[in-house]
Amino acid sequence: MNVIEVTKANFEAEVLKSDKPVIADFNADWCGPCQMLKPVIEELAAERTDVKFVSVNVDEQNELAYEYNVSSIPCLIVFRGGKEAGRSVGMKPKSEIVKLI
Amino acid sequence: MYDIIIIGAGPAGMTAAIYARRASKSVLVLEALSYGGQIINTPDIENYPAAAHISGFEFATKVYEQAAALGAEFVFEKAVDIIDGGSEKTVVTTDNSYTCKAVIIATGSRNRRLGLPNEDELIGRGVSYCATCDGAFFRGKTVAVVGGGNTALEDALYLCDLAAKVYLIHRRDAFRGDEKTVSALKARETAEIIYNSTVTALLADKRLTGIEVTDKDGGVRTIETDGLFVAVGRVPENAGFAKLIKLDEAGYIAAGEDCLTNVPGIYAAGDGRAKNVRQLVTAAADGAVSAEAAVRYISEL
Ligand SMILES: Cc1cc2nc3c(=O)[nH]c(=O)nc-3n(C[C@H](O)[C@H](O)[C@H](O)COP(=O)(O)OP(=O)(O)OC[C@H]3O[C@@H](n4cnc5c(N)ncnc54)[C@H](O)[C@@H]3O)c2cc1C
Repeated sequence: MNVIEVTKANFEAEVLKSDKPVIADFNADWCGPCQMLKPVIEELAAERTDVKFVSVNVDEQNELAYEYNVSSIPCLIVFRGGKEAGRSVGMKPKSEIVKLI
Repeated sequence: MYDIIIIGAGPAGMTAAIYARRASKSVLVLEALSYGGQIINTPDIENYPAAAHISGFEFATKVYEQAAALGAEFVFEKAVDIIDGGSEKTVVTTDNSYTCKAVIIATGSRNRRLGLPNEDELIGRGVSYCATCDGAFFRGKTVAVVGGGNTALEDALYLCDLAAKVYLIHRRDAFRGDEKTVSALKARETAEIIYNSTVTALLADKRLTGIEVTDKDGGVRTIETDGLFVAVGRVPENAGFAKLIKLDEAGYIAAGEDCLTNVPGIYAAGDGRAKNVRQLVTAAADGAVSAEAAVRYISEL
């Protein structure tokens, strides 16, 4: 499955109301570690159909970043049943991200 | 068994991999996070020969592709121990162990933490170690920088262009850093320098809300702030190898420009080695020197 780009407009529907757990990847184009993490997230999204992966561009969605207290990227936040259930800041290897799920 | 295992896929380790592969040695590179090392954090490198401007991500990716195309194998596992069996050495990772004839330690360095109790949980929730990476989240807000070196001064100056208010907290009464940066900062209306003080507590409610600052006479004050940028230097990542490898007082591997450690067949390259200039070009140089030394060692086994 692909990584869906989310905005403030569809965040509730795609993330908070999702049946599956969601991993939201807060990132930006200028952020080197985010570019490193991106292929890892895409690989996981292809492998794990039990989890939904979404991407939030913090430059365009600064309200979402503020709402979820994101002040460093890359930042992965796990949502279960509309609630934050874990997060990880900075570049992480695939094995660590799997542990988040 | 591999000929050479390289620990760390930063600029030093990946350059060592290029040299070792070109000498036809089998090479395994172990990396805890992602290839590239520290440099992936910077948007623009301006001092690497033949590249007037290149982003850290692009630099790292080019070196990685070069090493991988030459046949270096990369495995993403953290090395936790080295066992020296003379001509056969074992590198233990969090998941496996691998044997080889020679080892190059290129584990670099990481940002020094303040060491406050809730610091780890506030990383990315107001606490940061990189102003150019995270400054944009504090546009129009209040931030504090802690530290007294050039990095702290430059971070404070950089943040003055974004934040509404910038505190700089320094434990001494004067700066030893670059005079020009000091006066540039003093000229900024948004900057306020607090001397003779240290950050002694982080106040938080889901995210950082303020810091407690203690001066040298024991006076305590609270400063409300949205962000805290910690710029108190870097520390090497060698503690795991200290049983076997001789370190200096600061924790850097005690090896000279020849990259030789106290153990034959084990070499040190890059920022983690005792040296004066910690830059890409010196990390790459160490990569070449250490790989040549490892190749020579193997040929004499
Ligand atoms: C923000 C910033 C900007 C910079 N700008 C410049 C610049 O413009 N020009 C310049 O020349 N230099 C610059 N530098 C310095 C430069 O990045 C370093 O000198 C260089 O990266 C050192 O390379 P290294 O390979 O020795 O170590 P590192 O880059 O630190 O790489 C070490 C690698 O080893 C890995 N590692 C650590 N422990 C283990 C373990 N136990 N097992 C497996 N892997 C491990 C780490 O994850 C890391 O990937 C900058 C540094 C920073 C932080």
